[in-house]
Amino acid sequence: MRTMNKFLMGLLTTILVFSVVGCGAKKTGPVTIHILTMDQAGLKPAEIDQIARDFEAANPDIKVNMEYVGYDYVHDKIVTGMAATPPAYDAAMIDVIWPDEFIKNGYLLDVTSRVTADMKSGMFPASWNGVTRNGKIYGMPWLMDVKYFMYNKDMLQKAGISAPPKTWEDLVADATIIKQKGIAEFPIIWSWNQKEGVVCDFTALLFGNGGAFLDASGAPVFNNDKGVQILTWMKQTLDAGLSNPSSVSSDENAVEADFLAGKSAFAVNWLFQYSDSQDASKSQIVGQAAFAPMPVFAAGAAAGIVSASVDGSSSFAIMATTPYADQTWKFLTYLASNAVQTKYSAEMLPVWQSDFTGSALATLEAATPINPVTVPAFLAQFPYANERPTVPYYNEGSADLQLAIQQALTGVKSPKDALDAAAAAWVALAAK
Amino acid sequence: MPRRSSLSLRQQDARTAWLLVTPALVIILGVMLWPIVYTFILSFFNAPTGLNQVRTFIWLGNYIAMIKDPEFWDTIKRTLYFTIVSVVLEMAMGLGVAQLINSHPWGWKFLRFALIVPWAVPTIVNGAMWRWIYSADFGALNGLLMQFGLIKHYVPWLTFPNLAMPLVILADAWHTMPFVALILQAALAALPEELDEAAAVDGANAFQRFWSIRLPLLRPAILVALIARTVEAFRVFDIVYIITSGGPANSTLTITFFTYLNSFPWGKQGVGAALSFLISIFTISMALIFIRVLYRPEETQ
Repeated sequence: MRTMNKFLMGLLTTILVFSVVGCGAKKTGPVTIHILTMDQAGLKPAEIDQIARDFEAANPDIKVNMEYVGYDYVHDKIVTGMAATPPAYDAAMIDVIWPDEFIKNGYLLDVTSRVTADMKSGMFPASWNGVTRNGKIYGMPWLMDVKYFMYNKDMLQKAGISAPPKTWEDLVADATIIKQKGIAEFPIIWSWNQKEGVVCDFTALLFGNGGAFLDASGAPVFNNDKGVQILTWMKQTLDAGLSNPSSVSSDENAVEADFLAGKSAFAVNWLFQYSDSQDASKSQIVGQAAFAPMPVFAAGAAAGIVSASVDGSSSFAIMATTPYADQTWKFLTYLASNAVQTKYSAEMLPVWQSDFTGSALATLEAATPINPVTVPAFLAQFPYANERPTVPYYNEGSADLQLAIQQALTGVKSPKDALDAAAAAWVALAAK
Repeated sequence: MPRRSSLSLRQQDARTAWLLVTPALVIILGVMLWPIVYTFILSFFNAPTGLNQVRTFIWLGNYIAMIKDPEFWDTIKRTLYFTIVSVVLEMAMGLGVAQLINSHPWGWKFLRFALIVPWAVPTIVNGAMWRWIYSADFGALNGLLMQFGLIKHYVPWLTFPNLAMPLVILADAWHTMPFVALILQAALAALPEELDEAAAVDGANAFQRFWSIRLPLLRPAILVALIARTVEAFRVFDIVYIITSGGPANSTLTITFFTYLNSFPWGKQGVGAALSFLISIFTISMALIFIRVLYRPEETQ
């Protein structure tokens, strides 16, 4: 019995030791890099997977493991992923509103020395804005996106409206006609749920009224009369039954679902809504969606504002603590390369400005059936993309603003009180 | 002469036992105990998220800041609202269903089996399902009410701050009621029938038999279900995260969701850690109160 015990103990100890040692053993062979990105807007997961497979074929010593989650979950996954050593992800998609926070946290690798002159001059200068701070570059541009104003041509025709509205006031008039004629019960659908989406819409409206988030000294001014006016306008469209009441709980996917089901005549959304609207497997309004410049308020137009939208670009950044910076940069370079981007330009327009000039433009427009429409729309709208504040406390500040907008829209607080409370919260955040 | 082991046979068995248990112990200590200890230590620091961030020791600073914060107390109030209504609903429904099963109607075995289905559905899936049911444009709730002629237009249920919380409570109660029902049904089945029959002979009606005889005897089982469900309900997170994300206008922002917001999106890990322990203080207090009020050791005999 004792011999049996000794043998058992010896065996157990051996197993224990080996399993502990085995946990930390490094694998030889191809390096696997883990990339996190969102599964909405830009390219579809199946397309990015294909790009990864093509890259692997050309680079047998690198394996690419892509992970896709909804946009709202990416930020937190990056934060928790960075708590591990090595980090859970070697690179991740960075929304245009995160670099300040992530640079302050030390998450992003400085890649200024890796960026070639070709890339700098070849890609749109605006695309580098999202990843450049204090002259240092922290990522590779990926998706240049802006919110577009889309409308249903057939519905407008039925209502006898000959042209899409140029001002938000005109929109209200048009929507009223459409509602009265029974063409759509709620002609306008927005993404006003208590998430970042509502701040995106708010940005477009705010700048379209000549307003701004912060003044030159960095103090919040979105609660001045320009801000209060647009929030009041938003509530009024809900009360009048012109904006769908479900907007208050809708995100951009819900907006798309509503628009593509033919239930609304006007929907503000990212580019993906248009490409999906032309897909018969998803859309009941194939051929009916059209772009128009994002309207502005009459006051904004009087002040010379042509159009105002919100920048929703994203880039890929390498995580500072990754052990595979070189391999990851190689993949990101491939991902952002001109060849790859032109191939998939139906879902996502390239960030290379050379694609938009001369004969390249013609090629780009001919690349897919919808490019003749989306490319001019992009060129017309992107110059008017406005930024949300580039402050490190933006995530928490945005939450305060989302709450304020929701309180005003649900009637819990008046627009002025709600925005004032949010502005006070921003002042407190900035002071920390 | 072979060296005799200096340990007795019993001690040798104990040593073997320790070796066998060590792997599991290492995992438990590593995965469960260490994070708790670390979170506790973290709660005394100002700890912004980040790789190069300086952590300053602020003793009870996080705790005091939270206790002084009106938003914290609003969140606690909301969480108590959720907990009380949800638990009362689950206990009442659970007791009713337990009583129903216990009376052995036709098909009662199938009912007891079917009861497991809502409980077996993962909380996230449950939340996603109910979000679709409540959907303004495509929801089953709207469809059903429209069919019965109770509403003329589809209603955007989740956009009303006053309605959102009751709806989330309903989704949670549907999911967790089976747990209560099964515990109580097992306890009911163990009750002696003679007491009931004796009471009937003495002239007690069905309600009196239930209220004065069965219910007091169920007290231990009710206590178990009550404590388990109250602690769980107070810490609700998944269902809020999926259905409403704390909205509209923070009307469904519960304390665990508030802790999550502080820790991850807002990067204030010290505050998040302090909140976690404050939640624990609340739940332990509630459990102790229940035990104090309801636990009668002599009744279990």
